Parts: sequence; C-alpha cells; structure tokens
Amino acid sequence: MNGFSRLAYVETKLFLRETGAAIGVFGLPVALVIGFGLIPGFGDPQKGLSGQIGTEYIASVSVAIVLAVLGLTGVPMVIGQYRERGILRRLGVTPVRPLNLLAADLMVWAASAILSVALVIGVARLAYHVPAPHQAGWFIVSLLLGIAALFALGLLVAAVAPTARSSAGLGWLLFFPNMFFAGVYFPTEEMSPVMRQIGNFTPLGSTLHAVRDSWMGLTPRLEYLGIMAAYAVIAGTLAARFFRWEQA
Amino acid sequence: MTAVIEVTGLTKRYGGRRGQAVVDAISFHVDQGEIFGILGPNGAGKTTAVECMEGLRRRDAGEVRILGLDPLNDRHRLHQRIGVQLQESQLQEKLRVREALELYASFYPNPADWHELLERWGLTGKADTRFGKLSGGQKQRLFIALALIGNPEVVFLDELTSGLDPGARHATWDLIAQIRNSGVTVVLVSHFMDEVEELCDRVAILERGRIAALDTPAGLVDRVGGEYRVRFRPMAPLDEQSLTTLPGVTAASRHGAQVTVTGTGDFASAVTAELARGQVLVADLRIEGRSLDSAYVALTGRSMES
Repeated sequence: MNGFSRLAYVETKLFLRETGAAIGVFGLPVALVIGFGLIPGFGDPQKGLSGQIGTEYIASVSVAIVLAVLGLTGVPMVIGQYRERGILRRLGVTPVRPLNLLAADLMVWAASAILSVALVIGVARLAYHVPAPHQAGWFIVSLLLGIAALFALGLLVAAVAPTARSSAGLGWLLFFPNMFFAGVYFPTEEMSPVMRQIGNFTPLGSTLHAVRDSWMGLTPRLEYLGIMAAYAVIAGTLAARFFRWEQA
Repeated sequence: MTAVIEVTGLTKRYGGRRGQAVVDAISFHVDQGEIFGILGPNGAGKTTAVECMEGLRRRDAGEVRILGLDPLNDRHRLHQRIGVQLQESQLQEKLRVREALELYASFYPNPADWHELLERWGLTGKADTRFGKLSGGQKQRLFIALALIGNPEVVFLDELTSGLDPGARHATWDLIAQIRNSGVTVVLVSHFMDEVEELCDRVAILERGRIAALDTPAGLVDRVGGEYRVRFRPMAPLDEQSLTTLPGVTAASRHGAQVTVTGTGDFASAVTAELARGQVLVADLRIEGRSLDSAYVALTGRSMES
C-alpha cells in the first residue's frame, strides 16, 4: 500500500474504534427509523408532513442527522485534535504531506455517510416497505451536495478555531441550531414562516428539504441545491484560506 | 569528509521580516557521519533553527542545504532522505504501535524493517499497544523509531532523552552512537550537557539566536582554560594562604569552614601532599574538573538553568 491508501486504511480503523462515532453515524439513524416505524399508522402519508409517508420522513431526517454529526461534530473535533497533538506537523516532515491525512479523513467520513444512508434506505425498505428515493439521481446529488456543504463548514470551524477544544465546541454550537432550524426536532411544516425561511438558509435545512423532495419523487428546488453549493464553495474556500497546520 | 549540511547566515524572525530575530545569521556545516550537537538554554532558538533545516519553517534569510537539497524548494526529495523526531508531538490516541510503524514505513521508498526497529528500541512487547497507553519513555522511543523508519541519511533529534529515566537515557545514547557508526549523520538538539558531551563530535552553543561557540566538546573545555578547583574542610587549623606558594596553585580562599584552592596542572597532588605533611585531616575533599558545564558558563556568562 502506498502512503495515501495506508493513511485511509489506518484512519478507517481509527474511526471504527470510536464507539461513539459508530453509534452516532450508523446506530442512531437506523434506530430512529425502526423506532418511529413502530408508531401505528406512521407508514401512511401524513397530512402534517406535506403528504409524505411518516417513515420516509424519518428516514430523510436520519440522513440529515448523519451529515450533521459527521460534518459539524466529527470533522472539527478530529482535525482540531490532529493539529493540537502535532500529528499534522509530524506528517509535514515526511514525504507525505499533512494534506493527505485531511483528504484521507474526508474520504473516510464521506464514505461512512454514504454507507449509513444506504443502511437507512435498506432498513426502512426491509422493515417497513418504505420505497427507495423516487428521484434517485436528485437524491444522490442532494446527498453529495449536503456532504460537501456540511463538511466544508466543519473544515472552516477547524480552520479558525485556535484549539482542539474550541474547534469541537464551535462545531456543537453550529450543530444544535442547524438541527433545530432544519426541522430535525419538529417538521418545518409546523414552523412559522420566518423560522422556515431561516431554516432554508442553513446548510442542514436546505439538505433536508432537497433529500425529502427527491425521496418523494419531486425535483428539489434549485434554491436548496444552490444554498448547499454556496456553503460548500464559500466555507471550503475560507477554510483553505485560513487553515493552520500547527497550533500557535 | 563531505559536508552533508551547510547552513550560511540562517535567519528567522518572528512576526515577519522586521520582527525580532530568533535565529540570527548562524552558519555552520555538518560532515557526513558526525553527531552534531546544538546546545543552549530554552528560547535560544535551537528548535527554530532545526525546523528551518527540516523544511517545517520558512527562513527569512540565509542559505540551507541538506544533502545538497534546499528544504524549501526540494521538500519532497529531502523528506525521503531525512528522519525527524520532533519535540512534543503525539500520535492518534488509539493508533497501535505496529500500525504507526507500518503507516510511516509506507511513506518512504526504502523503509527499514520495523520489526527490527521495535526490537532495537525495546518495544517488541508493545506492538499491539495503543499509543495512548504507552508510558512517556515508550512514546519517546517510538518517535525515535519513527524517525529512523525511512532509513534516513540525516536524522534530526530534538530533545532526544526528555522523559526518559537515567537507565533509558544511557541505553539511548548507545543506540545513537550505533546509528552514527552506520554512517548516518545526526543533528542533536539538547539542553543536557552530559548528553552532548557523551555523544557529540562537535557542538554549537546557541545563545539568543547566535552561535556563541562551535567546537568539539573537549575543544570548548580547553578554550576556557585549564583551571581546576579543589575544595575541602580542614579538620585542624590551617593557614590556607600558605598553600598559594605550592607549584601550580593560583589562588586559595576560605568561605566559612570550606577552603577552595584553584590551580593548573598537577597542583591537587601538591596540595594534598602538603596537607598530609602538616598532618591536617580534611573532610569533603572534592576536585572539580573541567567539564562542558563549567565551559558553558564561562563561554556564555550564565548557567543553562538561568
């Protein structure tokens, strides 16, 4: 194995050794789908959810949770630690640049997100006959843009936070309002127009809308995709601009 | 001898080009197979100088060539041929020793056999231990092993034995001497006199970013001059001034019960013979030889601790 694939391999193993991460990324979303699916009548279209099937809605919410957990808590925490512990610096005196470690990690996390979403789709289908996303193409586009938007935001947090602790803390500070306004705690259908509007402009809110739309067979509104892309490009560019490889 | 490292006028300022110079126009060269020491108190600029040589920091002025390569322009090629142990670095908490070695071995074109490194550095039983569970000394030895895993031609070791107990320190010195014997050039950053005196072929003493002296450890000691001191407490009345007439004695003084006699050559024998003739028994007799320690104080005007 060359340096990069060995890094990706090692980082995958380290990721799986974090029990908390494995539960958050794979366990929680599946548990949500199974748990909510037990509610009688939840498999029918729900009036309060714009006619979406309840389990399909929960499956979409699970996708959003996975991306938020990875992008807003995992990315800033791990990268903040790798910088503070001098791991990035140590790689800076090997033929393998520290950028390779970031790239390997982002790859591992993106793959975990996709795997977890596949797991959610599979479990929902097997347990409750929830159909796979109707607009498969748009669903994949939404998922990839969502990953890009939330990971870029996590990278930006890691770039500007001075310490590992502040990086993780700032990530959580973004995590909860994102979850709230995106409609993870209660559906946007129940929100006031102002709240809904705020939610549309959060990276997680636009992701969840686009995922729900494509799951139901609608073409996601261009505005959602545009907002996700904007977060990915702007946060990603700023992160690249301000990223520090070593603790000051 | 061919110079493996050539440093000319290396300058590094903090806070940009007009900031204060942490490393101030230092120049030296290191020959192949040498163990070259960089000695100095904390904040003297040792680590900064070495980091400029390793390509971790951008120098503000001067020239650096390691194995003929510029650390800034030929980083990649340089990093294939050098090994580095950084001061204060960590690995991933849950990374096992074996995985760390396999990982770092995969970075280099001609890696060493990591099993052998594990054995040489006394970590054989720790191959499956997570980094976070290692003791301070084991972590240190792992970092030395990682510095050697690429079969480097030049190794930079920054505070090699910090965190090691005395037994492990001496064992480490033996291993570093072996590394040198295999033709590898070693740059050793240290603030331990005994370590530098034991290991280094030549030493640069760094003081406030400048080279205060550069010589072999013995040369540094000689440069300061050849005075020894003999201290003792006489158990009977003694006129210490009578000792100043003895051959080689340059001065004698008394502080409370303790007498100090300084001199050159074999004056200590003359002093003890004279005391015996006068039947003066002495207690706490000590001869303070010339050490790098005292040379350091003489050369820099202060002790390492201050």
